[in-house]
Amino acid sequence: MNDQTLTPEERAANLKGMGSSRKRVEDVRFTQGKGNYVDDIKLDGMLFGAFVRSPYAHARVVSVNKEAALAIPGVVAVLTAEDLAPLGLHWMPTLAGDKQMVLADGKVLFQGQEVAYVVAENRYIAADAAELVEVDYEELPVLTDPFEALKSDVVLREDLAGQTDGAHGPRKHHNHIFTWEQGDKDATEAVLGEADVVAEEMVYYHRTHPCPLETCGCVASMDKVTGKLTLYGTFQAPHAIRTVVSLISGLAEHNIRVISPDIGGGFGNKVGAYAGYVCSVVASIVTGQPVKWVENRMENLMSTAFARDYWMQGKIAATKDGKITGLWCHTTADHGGFDACADPTKFPAGFMNICTGSYDIPTAYLAVDGVYTNKAPGGVAYRCSFRVTEAAYFIERMIEVLAIKLNMDAAELRRINFIKADQFPYQSALGWEYDSGDYHTAWDKALKAVGYEGLRAEQAQRIEDFRAGKTRKLLGIGLTHFTEIVGAGPVKNCDILGLGMFDSCEIRIHPTGSAIARLGTISQGQGHATTFAQIIASEIGLPADDITLEEGDTDTAPYGLGTYGSRSTPVAGAATAMAARKIRAKAQMIAAYLLEVHDNDVEWDVDRFAVKGAPERFKTMKEIAFAAYNQAIPGLEPGLEAVSYYDPPNMTYPFGAYICVMEIDVDTGEWDVRQFYALDDCGTRINPMIIEGQVHGGVTEALAIAMGQEIAYDEMGNVKTATLMDFFLPTAWETPNYTTDHTVTPSPHHPIGAKGVGESPNVGGVPAFSNAVHDAFRPFGLVQSHMPHDHWRIWKIANGLGMHG
Amino acid sequence: MSKMHVKLTVNGKQVEGLAEPRTLLIHFLREDLKITGPHIGCETSHCGACTVDIDGKSVKSCTTFVAQVNGADVTTVEGLTNDDGSLGVLQEMFREHHGLQCGFCTPGMITRAHRLLQENPNPTEEDIRFGMSGNLCRCTGYQNIVKAIAASADMLNAQKEAAE
Repeated sequence: MNDQTLTPEERAANLKGMGSSRKRVEDVRFTQGKGNYVDDIKLDGMLFGAFVRSPYAHARVVSVNKEAALAIPGVVAVLTAEDLAPLGLHWMPTLAGDKQMVLADGKVLFQGQEVAYVVAENRYIAADAAELVEVDYEELPVLTDPFEALKSDVVLREDLAGQTDGAHGPRKHHNHIFTWEQGDKDATEAVLGEADVVAEEMVYYHRTHPCPLETCGCVASMDKVTGKLTLYGTFQAPHAIRTVVSLISGLAEHNIRVISPDIGGGFGNKVGAYAGYVCSVVASIVTGQPVKWVENRMENLMSTAFARDYWMQGKIAATKDGKITGLWCHTTADHGGFDACADPTKFPAGFMNICTGSYDIPTAYLAVDGVYTNKAPGGVAYRCSFRVTEAAYFIERMIEVLAIKLNMDAAELRRINFIKADQFPYQSALGWEYDSGDYHTAWDKALKAVGYEGLRAEQAQRIEDFRAGKTRKLLGIGLTHFTEIVGAGPVKNCDILGLGMFDSCEIRIHPTGSAIARLGTISQGQGHATTFAQIIASEIGLPADDITLEEGDTDTAPYGLGTYGSRSTPVAGAATAMAARKIRAKAQMIAAYLLEVHDNDVEWDVDRFAVKGAPERFKTMKEIAFAAYNQAIPGLEPGLEAVSYYDPPNMTYPFGAYICVMEIDVDTGEWDVRQFYALDDCGTRINPMIIEGQVHGGVTEALAIAMGQEIAYDEMGNVKTATLMDFFLPTAWETPNYTTDHTVTPSPHHPIGAKGVGESPNVGGVPAFSNAVHDAFRPFGLVQSHMPHDHWRIWKIANGLGMHG
Repeated sequence: MSKMHVKLTVNGKQVEGLAEPRTLLIHFLREDLKITGPHIGCETSHCGACTVDIDGKSVKSCTTFVAQVNGADVTTVEGLTNDDGSLGVLQEMFREHHGLQCGFCTPGMITRAHRLLQENPNPTEEDIRFGMSGNLCRCTGYQNIVKAIAASADMLNAQKEAAE
């Protein structure tokens, strides 16, 4: 038998378990165009929904006339808030404890807001009819600046009039949502008062949008005979959507089946609940026919969840030799017309309190004020864990600003302030317990890899040449050392709408030794069907190729909170390992029975249990699986399956060191990324190929955000960047090649030591690119300039510094 | 709205149907023919998820009326699979080099790459990056897509050489 001749290492390699760059099982379908995305779903009698949207950012809706629209053949219905009100569905709860209009109830609060929903026989008729719905608006003053909104007499949310308490404590003004405070204000102010050096700066992280290539959409199908609603959609959290639909519609949860089919990228955009889902469900209930709604790109950019828009005022204190003594931050957060941020309930500003970053900062204080404006709602974590990217950008800019003030090298300033390897688990001043890290090792490896000292020498020469008129190009060296907080999270402090943020995995081993596993998460390109099978393969010794992974069908998968915030591997990945270990524990008893020895006299060996001291006597997992279904084993139930609901004891804290080398043309503002080095430490690495792919993609999204991508409004509240002509998505032409690297510092509390990686490159990439731009201009007096650093803004920096003669 | 009779060759098969003059090719393919490989990402010609091959040219089917291509020879990603059902060279190399993640851009990417390699069988990295710049990907950062296309070029050239 083959097994007799193979070494344990060879048997392990055959499993394609953890550590293997296993090719993706998803790709056979996707490369042939056989994916099944929501717009691919076609049901008998399916109708199509389309929205009438507000052209104004702030206006009263005086009247809606549906007559002309309804007169078109093929139009089935036109829904307005009046139609939804009797059902109580004209408003819906948001994930942030606020409520949001499903269809305009008397007024609109942002351009692109949903006013009416047309249902027709096909998408062309629906679009025609939407054009013919006549809406009378009465324009109101528009507030697009959160600082002005807090001073203005204009009341945006009249429905909240007189409510001085919001979901997160007192409201200070009618356009104020919440204040969230963390850390020790008095102690921090005392430190700032006594410090040798204090650097102060406003760091703005502009509004942008996750913009997955597939927009948001759904198909709602109410079966009037069975009373069962099936809702297909682009949901990053299908189980949570089922519960939300049940709570707001009144349908019993067992009569709702939510299915997330293949999802064409999410990046946070597909976490929330949108008006399109509610209207489609209502339309299907009313008509008894399936109803599809898929937004177009303009609708996606104008109305579904934006990201960032944080004004972060910072003060950082240090001794004269560069030891940081305190950090203070006040953030003004522009949440748009409704507070629809997707954050765990107790964290209205997400995990912004990770803003002490990778540094041992003894004293810190953070306050965040949420503000209503006439912009789209959202505030999702665009490829980051709940505002971690804002936090990382803030601290990595503040470090640079402090380095300027101290006239120090920014790499050295970071080094002398890093949390040391022997300080983990590390208690941060803003309340987190970092699980593990070795920042100095990663930093030294990164600096060495890029030849940091040589780069600085080259830069010095370049500056000299520039001043001598020999070149018009500057060299910027962008440094970043980031620490993330991902894997939300422990149920004791993490929930969304009261649902604890555990996750789950159920594994069933079939008699012939293959298996199916189902998880509470949902892949949107991360390759779960590939990687989670690898975890199981390593844990129970069945080949990954013999393990099917299923996610996204709430009728079959165990309950879980979904995929966002890099939580799949830290939470569902842990559940997977734990479920596999339950199976292995039962398998041990079966093996012992078959080998006629005591349970404790067998030991695990890659893919089998063998008798201790007699490795030639063994039962493979495959043999054990069959025995589980055909042997009557005293004291054991037949079958071999397990389910685990994993409540993580702590978050995980991936980290990394990123360095960007950028050439900048002073006269045109054009930039060119000459080199980008990304070192990630995500703990145990499950599939290196997929990790690298995640890093490439995440850094490219970071490049977009830092160098050009934004959701911009004019003073009338018009969205200026609502198509891909204006909203920057880098092409292959602008995108550089990246060098990836790693260190491995396992998480001590995760069953396999993995920390999650999908969002690290976005969190670390943005400050690396931005710091490169700042670094290029540092010798000429630049301290801070807001992103995105498009050619025009870079030209303006140079112009403002008098570099155009 | 009155409909017109359209006839096309799609992936080697004769197809026909009735379509309004304003019907976009992408909708005709996806809704009428149920060929759902080509995707809709922007409806403005920017993203390339809808790319198909028409009479030897890469075309964005989200901004093409089906009436405009009456009688044409259309190839979608479905038509690039080998006759025996195995993956075509580009499909296999995209998988081999991890040139896709969510898969939404992939049909357009592969269909465009197919034409690019007909236009230029020996592309440099720069040629590939320029030639693919009409197709957006949000997941991969392009690095592995470029690798997959370069590897496909090598493999196709080797196959051609062996056949000659």
